[in-house]
Amino acid sequence: MSEVALKGASLPAAASASRAAVLRRLRLTDSIFHGLTRGASLAVLALLSGVIIALIYGAAPALSTFGFGFLFDESWNPVTERFGALAPIFGTLVTSFIAMLIAVPVGLMVAFFLTELCPKVLRRPIGIAIELLAGIPSIIYGIWGLFVFAPFLQQYVQPFFIDTFANVPILSTLFAGPPYGIGMFTAGLILAIMVLPFVTSISRDVFDAVPPVLKEAAYGVGCTTWEVFRYVVLPFTRVGVIGGFMLGLGRALGETMAVTFVIGNAHHVSASLFAPGTTISASIANEFTEAVGDLYTSSLVALGLILFFITFCVLAMARYMLMRLQRQGGK
Amino acid sequence: MATTASKTAAMDSPLYAGRRRRNTIAKGLAYAATIFGLGWLVLILGVLLYKGLGGLSLAVFTENTPPPGAAGGLLNAIMGSIVMTVLAVVIGTPIGVLAGTYLAEYGRHDKLSSVVRFINDILLSAPSIVIGLFVYEILVAPMGHFSGWAGAVALAVIVIPVVVRTTEDMLSLVPDTLREAAASIGLPRAHMIVRIAYRAAQAGIVTGILLAIARISGETAPLLFTALNNQFFSMNMNAPMPSLPVVIFQFALSPYAEWQKLAWTGALLITVTVLGLSILARSLTSARKS
Repeated sequence: MSEVALKGASLPAAASASRAAVLRRLRLTDSIFHGLTRGASLAVLALLSGVIIALIYGAAPALSTFGFGFLFDESWNPVTERFGALAPIFGTLVTSFIAMLIAVPVGLMVAFFLTELCPKVLRRPIGIAIELLAGIPSIIYGIWGLFVFAPFLQQYVQPFFIDTFANVPILSTLFAGPPYGIGMFTAGLILAIMVLPFVTSISRDVFDAVPPVLKEAAYGVGCTTWEVFRYVVLPFTRVGVIGGFMLGLGRALGETMAVTFVIGNAHHVSASLFAPGTTISASIANEFTEAVGDLYTSSLVALGLILFFITFCVLAMARYMLMRLQRQGGK
Repeated sequence: MATTASKTAAMDSPLYAGRRRRNTIAKGLAYAATIFGLGWLVLILGVLLYKGLGGLSLAVFTENTPPPGAAGGLLNAIMGSIVMTVLAVVIGTPIGVLAGTYLAEYGRHDKLSSVVRFINDILLSAPSIVIGLFVYEILVAPMGHFSGWAGAVALAVIVIPVVVRTTEDMLSLVPDTLREAAASIGLPRAHMIVRIAYRAAQAGIVTGILLAIARISGETAPLLFTALNNQFFSMNMNAPMPSLPVVIFQFALSPYAEWQKLAWTGALLITVTVLGLSILARSLTSARKS
C-alpha cells in the first residue's frame, strides 16, 4: 500500500518536469516557425529590392556614359556604341496605347454582358473561357501572330486601311507605307487580345460587387438595362475599373514574347503604325544574348530598368486604387 | 381607356423610343464584344490544334532537337523544361507558403505585412523579362556562363509571388473559430497552423502551386538569357539547358520548315499542359467550395 502511495506522490513532480519540457519544446518550435515565416516574407521584400539594385548596378555604365540624353536619343548603333532609348520607349507606349484603345471598351462590354445580360447557365463557362484566354502563354500568341495573324493583316486589312485613308490628312500618315504585316499595329492588336481577359475579369468582379439594391432602385424608376449600367454600375465602380485597366496596362507594357515575334525589331521612331518598330522588352529579348561589349549589354539592362520603373508606377497605382476599393467594400 | 391611350402615347414618345434604341444598340454591342472575345480563343486554339497535331508523333518525345533540315523531336527541350520547372517549384514553394503563412497568420495586421502584400502584388505582375535580367546580373554574370540553375532560379522568382498570394487568400478563408478552438486546448500557434489551418486550406494551397506551374511552364522571356538553349540532351545544371518555350522561339523564327513544324507541335504541348493545369486547379477549388 505504502509503496503505491509513494509512487503516486512522486508522480506529480515528474509529470510537471516533463510538462515543462514539453512546453519549452513547443515554445521553441513556435518561435522557430514564427521566425521562418517572417524570414520568408522579408525574403519577398529582399527580392524586389534585389531586382532594383541589380538593374541599377547593371545599367550604371550606360547611364553614366549617356546620362539623361539616353531617354531622348533615337540612335541605336552597336558599331559606334551609341545607344538611346527613344525608339523602344516610343514603341512600348504606342503598342500599349493601341492595345488599351481596343481592350478597354471591348472588355467593359464583355463584363457588361456577363453581369447583366448573360443567362445564369452560361455565365460560369464564358467567364472560365475568358480566363483561359488569359492563361495561354504569350509565346503561343507570338507564334500565332507571326504565322497566322500578321499574314492575314498584310493581305487584307492593311492594304484596305492604306487605300481608304490615302487622302485623309492625319490618318494617311498613321496608316502609311507598304503593308509588311509585322509592325507596331500588329503588335498592338495582339496585345489587345492578351489584355482583354484581364480587363474583363477584373471589371466583372467589381461589377458583381455593386449592391443589388442600387440596381433595383434604378430599374424601379424605369431605367433600361444600359442606363442602369451606364449611370449606376459604372460610376459606382469607377475606381476599381480604372485599377483593372492599369493592371492590364502593366501587362501590356511588359509583355515580351508575343510582341517580339511581330514587332520587326527596328530602332526607328516612325509616324506610321504599319512600320516595324521595337519595344523595350522586344529589344532585350532579341539582342541581349548577342550583345557584345559591356556598353551594349549595359544599355539593354538600362532599358530593362526603365521598363521596370514604368510598370512599377503603373502597377503601384493600380494596386492602390484596388486597395482603396477593397477598404470601401469592407466598410 | 384614357389611361391606355396616355400609356401608348408615352411609349411612342421620341424620348422613350430613343432610350429603347440606345438600350438595344448597347446590348447588341455587348453580345458582339463577347463573341469577339471568345472568337480569339476558338481561333487560336483551332489553328494550334490544326498545325500542332500534324507534327505530333512518337519521335517528338523520343528524339532530340534536330539540326536544320533534319527530322527530330523535342525530347531534350521537354526534359529541360520539366527539370527546371520542378526545381523552380522546389525552391519557390516553401518560401511562398511560409511568406503567405506570415501574412495570413502571424502578421495579419502588421505594418510589415501590408508592405509585403503590396510588394508581392507588384512582383506578381512585374514583366518577366526583367526577372530574367535580374537573374542574369546575380547568377549568370558572376558565374561567367549560362546555366540550368539560373533558369530554375528565374522561374522560382516567378513562382514565389503566385504561391504567396494564393496561400494567404486560402488561409484567410479558414474560419477563425477553428483557430480559437485550437488555442483553447492549448495548442501553440505553430502547431495550430501546421495541423489545422494548413489542413483546412490544403486544396487551395495546392491550387496555388498548380497555377504557379501553369504560369512558368510557358514562360520564355526569363529563360532566354539565364538557361539559354542547348541543341543536345543535357542534365547538367551547370551548363546551358534547353527548354520548350525557348526552342519554340528559336525554331519558329527560323527559315526551316521542319523546325517551324516542331515549333507548332511544341506550342500545342505547352498550351495543353497549361490549360490542363489551370482547369485542374479550378476544379480543385470549386470541389472544395460546394
